[in-house]
Amino acid sequence: MVVGGGLLGLEAARALRLLGLSPQVVEIAPRLMPVQVDEGGGALLRRLVESEELAVRCGVSVQEIVEDRGRLLAKLSDGVELDADVVVFSAGIRPADGLARTAGLPVGERGGVLVDDRCRTSDERVWAVGEVAALEGRTYGLVAPGYAMAEVVADRLLGGDARMTPAEIDMSTQLKMLGVDVASFGDAQAVTPGALEVVVNDPVAGTYAKLVVSDDAGTLLGGVLVGDASKYAVLRPLVGAALPADPVAMIAPGGVELGADALPDSAQVCSCNAVTKGAIRAAIADGAHTVPAIKGCTRAGTSCGSCVPMLKNLLVQEGVEVSKALCEHFSQSRAELFEIVAGAGVRTFTELVGRYGRGRGCDICKPAVASILASLGSGHVHDGEQATLQDTNDHFLANLQRNGTYSVVPRIPGGEITPEGLITVGEVARDFGLYTKITGGQRIDMFGARVEQLPAIWRRLVDAGFESGHAYGKALRTVKSCVGTTWCRYGQQDSVGLAIALELRYRGLRAPHKIKSAVSGCARECAEARSKDFGVIATETGWNLYVGGNGGFTPRHAELLASDLDTDTLVRVIDRFLMFYIRTADRLQRTAPWVEAMDGGLDHLRAVIVDDSLGICADLEAAMEAHVAGYADEWRGVLDDPEKLERFVSFVNAPGTPDPTIEFVSERGQPVPVPRSGEPHQPVAIGMPGVRA
Amino acid sequence: MTAEMLEPAVDLQWETVCPLDRLQPERGVAALLPDGVQVAIFRTHDGAVHAVGNVDPFSGAAVLSRGIVGDRAGVPTVASPVYKQVFSLVTGRCLDDADVTIPVFPARVTDGWLQVGLP
Ligand code: SF4
Repeated sequence: MVVGGGLLGLEAARALRLLGLSPQVVEIAPRLMPVQVDEGGGALLRRLVESEELAVRCGVSVQEIVEDRGRLLAKLSDGVELDADVVVFSAGIRPADGLARTAGLPVGERGGVLVDDRCRTSDERVWAVGEVAALEGRTYGLVAPGYAMAEVVADRLLGGDARMTPAEIDMSTQLKMLGVDVASFGDAQAVTPGALEVVVNDPVAGTYAKLVVSDDAGTLLGGVLVGDASKYAVLRPLVGAALPADPVAMIAPGGVELGADALPDSAQVCSCNAVTKGAIRAAIADGAHTVPAIKGCTRAGTSCGSCVPMLKNLLVQEGVEVSKALCEHFSQSRAELFEIVAGAGVRTFTELVGRYGRGRGCDICKPAVASILASLGSGHVHDGEQATLQDTNDHFLANLQRNGTYSVVPRIPGGEITPEGLITVGEVARDFGLYTKITGGQRIDMFGARVEQLPAIWRRLVDAGFESGHAYGKALRTVKSCVGTTWCRYGQQDSVGLAIALELRYRGLRAPHKIKSAVSGCARECAEARSKDFGVIATETGWNLYVGGNGGFTPRHAELLASDLDTDTLVRVIDRFLMFYIRTADRLQRTAPWVEAMDGGLDHLRAVIVDDSLGICADLEAAMEAHVAGYADEWRGVLDDPEKLERFVSFVNAPGTPDPTIEFVSERGQPVPVPRSGEPHQPVAIGMPGVRA
Repeated sequence: MTAEMLEPAVDLQWETVCPLDRLQPERGVAALLPDGVQVAIFRTHDGAVHAVGNVDPFSGAAVLSRGIVGDRAGVPTVASPVYKQVFSLVTGRCLDDADVTIPVFPARVTDGWLQVGLP
C-alpha cells in the first residue's frame, strides 16, 4: 500500500509493481496529484495509472494501521480494510527545520521555520529561503519560489523593500509520471474570482488540456496539461499576458501553433531562474548565438530545461543562423557528409572535397571523413589516401602521450583474461620497458612505447592471440562486465558471456566519438553499466538496455530504452542504436548529447529503433551485419604489410635511432616521462599512506 | 609557392634525407640532421615539399611530422597532434597563437631525392 497519490507516491507504486507486487495507492484528495492537476486532468491520469495495473483509491484517508498475524491491516476512512505486506508513506515533505527548532525560532504547524513576507524569521537577524521556509505557514517544494525568496532577501539586505506574496508564487511544474507528461502553471485550479476554464479533453488520444482565462477571456491565468505537455514551454510564459489567439485553438489538436513571437518581452521564458524573453533577446543581440551561450549568460534553461525548445525558437526568431558547417572546407554537417558518402558512393577524400567542399581539408574534417569511410567499411584504415586522413592515434594505432611516446592497449573482451594472457602482457611490458596501468575499462594500458617499437610490441601480442583494443580510435572501446552468474551469488544472467559477445561483435566499429559499454549481472550494477553509452543490466527474465550515459566532463546516467529483452532482441536493438548514432550524430558528439539534442529525445529514439517508425531498421541491421562480417584486426593488417610497416620509424633517415628528446625517470618502480621543465614534479596526494616524501 | 623559390643566396649545406617517394602526399616524416636537429618534412597535394622544425613548441614533444596536413584559407598547414594548434608550413607561424613560430628550413628535390638546407 502506498499512502499519497502525488508524483513520488505514484513512482513508488510503480516500482513496487515492477517488483511483482500489487500496490494500492491511497490518496486523501479526490484525485491523483491534487496540487498539479484539476478534476478533469486527474480523471485521465487515474485511467492512465490504472492501465499500469495500479489500484487507486482517492478521497479516503488512512485511519489506523494495525499488525494482524504478521501482516499489516490498514483501516481506511470509508470503512475498507486493506491487507498489506509493505506500507510506503509518500504524503508530503517535512522541512529539515531542526536548526530553527534548536535555536528556538517558531515553526509552522506542518514544519518549516515561519517567515514573514520579507522571508525573515521571528528573529530579525535570521532569514530563511527555500523549502525550509514556511511563508504564511506553508512550505514550497519547488525551485522557482526558492529563487524568488532569495531575491527578496538579497533585496532586503541591500536596503530594498521587496515582498513575497503567496498569491504570486509560481507553482508551475512540468514532469513525467509513469511515462505520462503532466504540466500545470499559473492559476491551474481556477481560484481567481470570475476565472473561466477552456477544456479540450480527448480520452481516446489520452490527452487533456485546460486553460484558465480571466472573466473577459482576454488574459491567460493558468492551465493544466496531461498526456501531452509539449505546449507548456510556450503557454507558461504567457501567464498574465493578453491571449494571442482563441484559447480553444491554442490547445486543440491542429489549432494555432504558438511560437516565440507570441510572447511579450516581459514574459518569463525560464520560470526557474526568472529570465524574461526581453533578457534573452538582449543576450542574443549581445552575441549569445547558441543555446549554451544563452544558458551561460542568462542562466535560462539551466534548471529544469523545459524552456530550451523556446530558446531555440527565439534564436530562429532573432534571425540567428545556426551554422552546421563542419569546418571551412565543408559547409555540410557530419551527418550530411555521411549521407553523401553513403549515397553517392564517394570513397576518397580528394573526390569528396573536390565535389562537395573546398581546399585540402584540416584536422577537423579529415578525421571526420576518415571515420565515415571506416564506418562504411572501406578496408584497412591505412589503405591508400585514407592513411593521410587519420590523426596520429589512428595513424600509429596507438595513443599519443605528452612526450611523443604512445600507449598500447590490447583488447581484453569483457575484462576477462587468462593467466597466460596476463603473463604475456607483463613480459612485453617488461621487455620493452613500458609503464603499466589498469584502465577503467578493465584492461591494461602499456605506456612509453616509441613509434619504432610499436611493430615489435604488436608482433609479440598478436602472436599470443591479442588484437587491437582500439583505445586510440573514436570507436567501440570496451564492454566491461561483472562476474554475473559465473561466480556471483546474486547473478541473474551470464554478464561476462554477453559482454564478451558484444565486445567481439562491435570491435573496430568507428563512430563519431568513442563508445563505451558494460553489462551487469543484476540490479546491483557492479559493472556501472548506466554510466555507459549503452549499458545492459540483467533482470530475472532477460536484459534491460540503457542508452546515452557517460562519465567524463558532464557525467550522465544512461536511460532505460527497453526492458526484459531476450538476448537476440537485445543485440538487434543495440545494432540499430549504434548504426543510427553513427549515421546521424555530429562530429565528436557522444551518445548522451546526441539523444538530448534529438527532437523528441529518448521517446523519438525508441520510436525509431524499437518501433521502426521510420522504416529504417532493416537497413541499420544490414549495415551492422556488414561491419561484423568485414571486421579484421588492424594491427595484424599492419604487420602483414611491409608498406604499412614503413611508417613506424623514428626518423626516415635513421630508422632505428630513438628520438633523443624522449627521456624517462623512474617513479614507484616504473618509467615515466621526465617532468616538464619549469614544472616541478610533485606527488599530488597529501596525507595519504604510501606517498613518498 | 615551392621551397626552391625561397632558396637564399647564402651558402647552405644541403642534407640528403630520403627518396621523394618515401613521402606520401599530405603526410609527414621526421628526419634527424647533424647536431641533433629534427625536421618535419611534408609533401603537399600540389607536389610542393616543406620542412619545418619537428618540435611542437606547446608540448615540447618532437611530433609535428605526425600532424594532419591541410590548409587554412589556402595556406598549407600542419596541426600539432598534441594540443591541435595549426602552423603555416610556409612561414612557420602558429595560426592560433601569433606569438609562436616554428623554424622553417629550405627543402628541394634533386634527382628524386629530398634535401633539406641547413645554414
Ligand atoms: S551486478 Fe549483481 S551479478 Fe554482477 S557482481 Fe554485482 S551483485 Fe553480482
